[in-house]
Amino acid sequence: MSMLEVQNIHTYYDNIHALKGISLNVNEGEIVTLIGANGAGKSTTLKTISGLTKPREGAVRLHGNPLHTLPAHKIVEQGIIMVPEGRRVFGVLTVSENLEMGAFARNDKQAIAQDLEKVYSLFPRLKERRNQLAGTLSGGEQQMLATGRGLMGRPRVLLLDEPSMGLAPVLVDLIFDTIQQLHKQGTTILLVEQNARMALQVADRGYVLQSGEIVLSDSAENLRANESVQKAYLGIS
Amino acid sequence: MQLVRRFLPLVIGIYLLLFFGPLAGFDFFRIVGEIYNKPSLLLQQLINGLANGSIVAIVALGYTLVYGIIELVNFAHGDVFMLGAFMALTVIGATGVTETSTASEKLTAALLAGAAAIIFCGVINVIIERFAYRRLRNAPRLAPLISAIGVSFIVQNIGLFWGGLRSFFPIMGVNSAAPKAFPDLIGRVDVFKDWFGLDLPITLSTKELMVIVVAAALMVGLRLLVQYTKIGKAMRATAENRDAAKIMGIDIDRVISFTFLLGGALAGAAGLMFGLYNNTVVFTMGFTGGLRAFTSAVLGGIGNITGAMFGGILIGLLAAFSDQYFSSRWTNAWVFAILVTVMVFRPTGLMGENVGQKA
Ligand SMILES: Nc1ncnc2c1ncn2[C@@H]1O[C@H](COP(=O)(O)OP(=O)(O)OP(=O)(O)O)[C@@H](O)[C@H]1O
Ligand SMILES: [Mg+2]
Repeated sequence: MSMLEVQNIHTYYDNIHALKGISLNVNEGEIVTLIGANGAGKSTTLKTISGLTKPREGAVRLHGNPLHTLPAHKIVEQGIIMVPEGRRVFGVLTVSENLEMGAFARNDKQAIAQDLEKVYSLFPRLKERRNQLAGTLSGGEQQMLATGRGLMGRPRVLLLDEPSMGLAPVLVDLIFDTIQQLHKQGTTILLVEQNARMALQVADRGYVLQSGEIVLSDSAENLRANESVQKAYLGIS
Repeated sequence: MQLVRRFLPLVIGIYLLLFFGPLAGFDFFRIVGEIYNKPSLLLQQLINGLANGSIVAIVALGYTLVYGIIELVNFAHGDVFMLGAFMALTVIGATGVTETSTASEKLTAALLAGAAAIIFCGVINVIIERFAYRRLRNAPRLAPLISAIGVSFIVQNIGLFWGGLRSFFPIMGVNSAAPKAFPDLIGRVDVFKDWFGLDLPITLSTKELMVIVVAAALMVGLRLLVQYTKIGKAMRATAENRDAAKIMGIDIDRVISFTFLLGGALAGAAGLMFGLYNNTVVFTMGFTGGLRAFTSAVLGGIGNITGAMFGGILIGLLAAFSDQYFSSRWTNAWVFAILVTVMVFRPTGLMGENVGQKA
């Protein structure tokens, strides 16, 4: 059985039918990527898994236990951590307070302190600015903070929504290195990326989303070789 | 030319004030004369204003905390403050202390009354949020606002009813709607003269000292709580972006409940302080007191904790000054004139700033 299982979910925003029966699964330790055009429903899929939006139909399960019936904060307690699109750091909190919030659901003080040091060594810039309000950070620094904040939750499943958006190439590499490192440590990752090329390089498998439906699912290798994927998402014609 | 245009409104404003101000008690030359003849009176009014303003500020914190987290003007908050005063009066009545009891009996009664008022108002506020606001959290803004006005009427009528229960609580007196005498447990000992032997033209009574010290302690306590505790940080995070807070594992319903608990507890404490300071409470005090507190919160920049404290004290000082030098009948008009002026020139309030993006 898969670790995370999304079964035929339909999610609406009022009357907008954003997800029209999405099914996907993620096995323990895998990196799975979701690719698709703007508005395809990638973020909505992640939001439905993390409980910010509720599916009208269908189910989300972790190790067979339903998640879609739980409020968002309980889903976090299950180890499902989302790094949302557009960062969403707390601008009126300092960098270190933001990281603390990332560990809100945890009570293991010592391990939290260790993880904080890990995040600071991963992103030394954050350490330099730890007492600065997050709202005053640059866009790229905020993205580092959002990622670091996600790591502070000790994710079992990490949901990353466009973690490389707006970052300089060096930082994109850093983020993808981090993803691979987490992968090696056994973290399960569901990755949404505009940068489909990089996403398909690190991922084991991928799903292609189009207007709220999954139109293709295969191994990353096969998707890279797929002609229509190349045309639509990899810029190869 | 530029300069003239810039200062013209100011000049016209001063001109109008000098001519028509006296109708509302603002007679510039008389006031300057009075202050010149007896400057100590001005200082005395500053002390009174500071004491009254401290109570207003504590109530204002409740408006600002709730607005900060769910962007609702909780019109029922002033009435919860009134319930605090009634609860305190009821408990003091039950302990049977009078103005002639010993100091330790009075202190015990006041502490009991304070504890009861704080717990009672905190719990009431949580219940109000749970039943009158929570379901409307994602509704158009007008809906919870109207609900709040409804709750305000209900709570006020509970006060009226409570005030009529003289067979259970003789301290309520015969008439349910009439102002009730609140025992003077502190007395008016002059701190300067009787404690320090200073012979000053102004007095600082023990009552005023109590109000100012307790209010300052509550404000410092609240600041520390919001700044340094885990729940305080969660409050700030929830206020800024509810969805982002949820995916940190924060139970925002609990954080919002806690915010109402805090606001209610502060209103309860303010109710006791008001009773002990003014020695009279009435079921409509929530409306008038609430209005001034709300004004203070807006003046300071609603949602801003420091702003609410500052605004409350400013309003207290202004009201004391107006009572003394303008005319007490015009005090509310002056308070609102200041509010309108500030809103026109600084819509975000004196200390308000646009922070972060809202969810
Ligand atoms: N809060 C919302 N209210 C109404 N409609 C929404 C909302 N959020 C998303 N939608 C709609 O749902 C659909 C899916 O949006 P979603 O954000 O999931 O797309 P996406 O694949 O993440 O796109 P992008 O690559 O631009 O981030 C879109 O048609 C969008 O307009
Ligand atoms: Mg998206």
